[in-house]
This record gives sequence, structure tokens and C-alpha cells, in this order.
Amino acid sequence: MSTAEIDVTAGHAATEKLTIAQAVRDAMRDEMTRDESVLVLGEDVGIDGGVFRATDGLIEAFGPERVIDTPLAESAIIGMSVGLAATGMRPVAEIQFMGFVYPAINQLLGHAARMRNRTRGRMTVPMVVRMPYGGGIHPPEHHSESYETLFLNTPGFKVVVPSNPYDAKGLLAAAIRDDDPVLFMEPKRIYRAFRDQVPTTPYTVPIGKAAVVHEGDEVTLISWGAMVRVCHDAADMLARENISAEVVDLRTLNPLDRDTILQSVEKTGRAVVVHEAPRTNGFGGEIAALIGEHSLLHLQAPVQRVTGFDVIFPLAKNEHLYLPTRDRIAAAVKKTLDF
Amino acid sequence: MPRTQVYHAITERLEILDTEGAVDSELMPEFEPDVIREIYRDMVLMRGMDSKALKLQRQGRMGTWPPIRGQEAIQAGVARAMGDADWLIPAFREHGIMLLRGVPAHLIYAYWAGDERGSSYPEGVRVFPVAVPVGSQWQHGTGVGLSLKLRGEKAAAVTLGGDGSTSEGDFHEAMNCAGVFKTNSVFVIQNNQWAISIPLHQQTAAETLAQKSHAYGIPGLQVDGNDVFAVYSAATEALDRARSGGGPTLIEAVTYRLGDHTTADDASRYREDSEVAEWEKRDPILRLKRYMEINGMWDEAQEQALAEEVLAWVDLQVANLEEMPPQDPRDIFTHMYSELPPHLKEQMGEVLGEVGS
Repeated sequence: MSTAEIDVTAGHAATEKLTIAQAVRDAMRDEMTRDESVLVLGEDVGIDGGVFRATDGLIEAFGPERVIDTPLAESAIIGMSVGLAATGMRPVAEIQFMGFVYPAINQLLGHAARMRNRTRGRMTVPMVVRMPYGGGIHPPEHHSESYETLFLNTPGFKVVVPSNPYDAKGLLAAAIRDDDPVLFMEPKRIYRAFRDQVPTTPYTVPIGKAAVVHEGDEVTLISWGAMVRVCHDAADMLARENISAEVVDLRTLNPLDRDTILQSVEKTGRAVVVHEAPRTNGFGGEIAALIGEHSLLHLQAPVQRVTGFDVIFPLAKNEHLYLPTRDRIAAAVKKTLDF
Repeated sequence: MPRTQVYHAITERLEILDTEGAVDSELMPEFEPDVIREIYRDMVLMRGMDSKALKLQRQGRMGTWPPIRGQEAIQAGVARAMGDADWLIPAFREHGIMLLRGVPAHLIYAYWAGDERGSSYPEGVRVFPVAVPVGSQWQHGTGVGLSLKLRGEKAAAVTLGGDGSTSEGDFHEAMNCAGVFKTNSVFVIQNNQWAISIPLHQQTAAETLAQKSHAYGIPGLQVDGNDVFAVYSAATEALDRARSGGGPTLIEAVTYRLGDHTTADDASRYREDSEVAEWEKRDPILRLKRYMEINGMWDEAQEQALAEEVLAWVDLQVANLEEMPPQDPRDIFTHMYSELPPHLKEQMGEVLGEVGS
């Protein structure tokens, strides 16, 4: 199945079928070709092509000075990127798994997010931090986390999460060209789960714009990243019961496209937010508050949240208990309909 | 199988100017008397700026200020060795070198008085803003050094930090990566022997901080940090190495924090006055003055004239500070992103509503 029902490739001359991992790689390749100041750094991004092969072939194309295998040092990857970005380079840093970002938090929150503001615009850090995130691949401990909330409560970042190959390529290109630090969360569960038609030529997808990826009129499912596909599955399942669900793919979490969320919810009157991160203080709560503040009188039922639980992400055998499923989403939808 | 020695290291210390003003003529860098007088003036200016800030703080016209008293030789010596294309990455006790590298004093004051415009330096000033999270700046120094190397600039990134910051993980990562990538970096530890209340021996079991360089495969050197000639000489050697592709250097400059950690600290709670008095005798400014007097470069009239010049200069800096127009309340939002996103536009409206603009 295709995640994008609207033909996003219309108007592009040539397309090819790519996975998200390939689309990410192609975005870096295109941007490095376009702009000599773009470089890639991280653990195993060079000769190995990245543990997910998302940098495959880049070192052969651009050499070790622009595709830099770093020592095992997450804080240095980000700290060096701050130094590089502040002096004219555009680093695209890879944190191998989002679960390993903690050592770099001081550099991210303490410096990258703050530089523009604290110098009143004199110094900026145009950098991208790519982080494979989320569960569903049965990995060892610390490889399944979704930490977007950490960064959404830290002003100064843009936070982008693609859900399909077309968006992955276009959003990453936009992130690399952006003059602010962008955290680019890659849904590793669907890195290679499917292929979509992706233009072979460079293009951007604007940061800060959500997309209605499945139209419906009784309930709005709001999600991002790997969960968008699960929402599609839930919408298909609900359609067989004659329940019409709309799916909004946020694509960017900060800055948030409020208009698209509110327009959809005001049309359907019901909303279910779906995310992998734990529920309490998760971004779903923020979206529910936003809908409450702006669209309360359009609502037929309270906003529901289908999320990870407030527990440590389970190891492989219990992963299925944690992650939102189409059944959990469908049950939440029915709760809003039965209210 | 035998047990053999696989590594052996020696760490050197460089001293040129002693406390009585005598120099080692073989090691003494070549300076015209005018340049030596300029270096002296640099140090006296720093001390003037520092002393005034302490007064302003007591009068409620300045926020928390970390004094640099006693550390002027490091900052003047390194600054003198630097060139126009070199970058400076300071921690937060580096006002002196920031001043010498082109940051106007009234902006340094403004930052510590609580105004972000104080970190918005004039175009072309290659200085990073103050880094408060201890040790975090070492990583930027590696990144900037890498940036200069990749772009083939014959320039170096000079990063300063305190002895306490060498205990942070970021110090290790920065030195390690600088060594691996042979970045155009010079790292200068201002070892003032106290990290707030923690003396050096509680910070590390290592005999020196310079010797840590061995573990990263980079050259290291200890210098008398109250000896401006030794600091200059070590910095020049390190800068030449960095600019010519020879990679990074770690310099430990041993000095002493004559003042409190900041104006919010009372050092008498944790250290003896007698220790401070001992280090007052090794004052870097006094030492250079003795050298100039012995060598007929300086007299009481010149000293008096300089003191007056510095007082007037400091007053002018304070006037510049206090003449800064108030900040626009919108400024706390304006510089968060390259473009103001809708939610910040809305929040800006809330602030403007409250302040009635």
C-alpha cells in the first residue's frame, strides 16, 4: 500500500521507487552536490555507510573530508557540529540511535538551540541532527526510544519527522538548507518497509506544514513518523465498518502547523492523537490542549490519546504490548463516536 | 612473553620571566620595547575593566561577575600571539582576551549585566559568545579547528577553559577528536587552581593537566601562567603548529584566581588568606612592570599616565554601557528562529499586551 494517496510526485519529470533510507541518502547526496559547505559526520557513516545504510555510497562520492567517521562520542558529534556550523559549514550529524542522544543533550540544549538567540542573530548554527527513532524492530535495549518531547520543550529547535520516502527526501533537503538547527527523526521501523515513487531531481517539502494524507469526515487521526502508517491501517479497517477517518501527518512538530490540525478537527468534530512516546507530558497532550483552546465548540467528544505507555520501552518480547496498534486506534475512535 | 614499555612521556614546563622581573634571555621572545609596553597596557586595561565591574556589581549596576584578577598574563599572552583570522572560543572567565580580540568592553559589561546584546559582537570579530556550561566550549574549539582545516584556512581556533572543566567528559571528547582529526586547534587551560571551592588536587590525581595531552596523542606543555612571555611563546608555537597543519596543542597555564569565583562567592569560606597573599607576590602585572623598570622601559610618570588613561577608558566603557537604548521587548522572540513562527508571534502579542507597547 502507498502511504500517500495524493500524487505528490505530479510535476516531477522522473521518479524512482525508493525506501525511506534511500530517500534520506539521496537528499544528503543532492545537498552535498549543491552546496560544498554541507558535510556528514557521525559514527560508522563513512566506509560502513551507516548502520541503516542511510549514508551508503556518500564517502565514495564525496571523500572522507565531507563524510566523516567520528570517534564514539555523541557529545563531540554535536559539539563539533556547533563549531562547524557557527563558522560557515552545514553539518548533517547522525546520532546512531535516538536512545544514545543523552550524552549530547548539553550541546544540543545548552548550545545548538540557543546560539541564535543569545547572540541576537549574530551567530547561527545551521545544522541537522539525524536520529533514527522509535520501536518495532526488536533491537537490544536503548534502541527503540522516541524522545521528541525532550526537544519540543526546548525552544530553538525545529523538529521534523517524515513518514514516507517522498517527504523524507524533501524534508531532509529543506532541513539541510534551513538556517536553524533541525532535529530530523527518522522512523527506523519503516526505513525499508516499503518503497514509494520519489523524484530523482532535488526538491524540498516545506518545514512547518502538515499534510492530510487520508481524507475522512467523522474523526481526525493526528500522528507523525512510523505511526502514520498504523493510522492508515486503522482508517482502512474503520472504513470497512463505514466509519470515515481523516489522517493528518504532522511531518513537522515544531513549528507546528496548527491550521491544518484545527481545520480538520473542526470538520470532523473528533480527534485521536497517536504517538509512540509515553503518554504523560507527551506531545499528544499539547495537541489536545491546542484543540481545546481553539476548537472546543466544534468537538463532539473529548480528544483521545493512543500512545506508548508511561513505562520504560520494553525489550523485544514485550514490544507489542507498548506500541500503538490499529486496534487500539480503532477502539479510541469508537470511544469518540460513542461519547 | 616479556613485559615491555610501550609508551613513555615527558611533560615540560616553560618559564621565562620570574617574579623579580628577570628573564631567561635565551627563551625570551623578540619584542620591541613598544610592544612590551603595549602588552603591559593590555594587562592593566583588563584589570581596570575587571575592577570596575566589581564596583558596578556592588552598586547594583552589574549582575554576577566572574573576576579575572591574577589571570591577565594568560589572556594578554595568548591574545598577542593570535592573528586576525584566528577564532577565540572562551569559557566565562575570559573577558580580558575577549576584549583584546575585538569585543567592545561595554558589550562584555552588557552581557554580565543581563543583556543578550552583549553577545552580539561587531561584524568580523572572530569570537564565540561566553560558554557557561563548564567544559562544553572545548568541543566547539575542536569543531572550529576542523572547520578551518577543511576550508584550508591558515588560521587556528583558540579555546580557553578552567582547570575544573578538564574533569568534564566534553574535555575528553574534544581532545580526543582534535587529536584524531588533527584539527587547527589550540587549547589553553587557565589552571587557576580553584573551581569554586574545589582545589586542583580534588579535581584530578594527575600531577599536571598538560600531561593529559599524551593520552590524546597531541603535544602538551605547562607554562607559568603569570609569565606573559612564557604564555606568548607557548601560544605562538602552538598557533604555528595548528595553522600549518601540524594539529592541536594543549597548553596548561598555571595561575591563581586572586578573586572570588564570582561576585556571588566568598572564597574565604574555603581557602586561606595566606595562600592568596603568596600568589599576590607572583602577580603577573607587577612582574612585567619590574622587568620594564629594570630594563629602562618604564618609569613612575608613565605608570601614572597609564593609570589615568585606564580610568578614563573604563569610565567611557561604563558610559557606553549605560547609554545603550533599552531592549525592544520583542527581542526575546525575534531571534529564536530565522523566521518568527506563528506560535511565537502569538506569544509576542501577549508580552506586548502586558508591557503596553
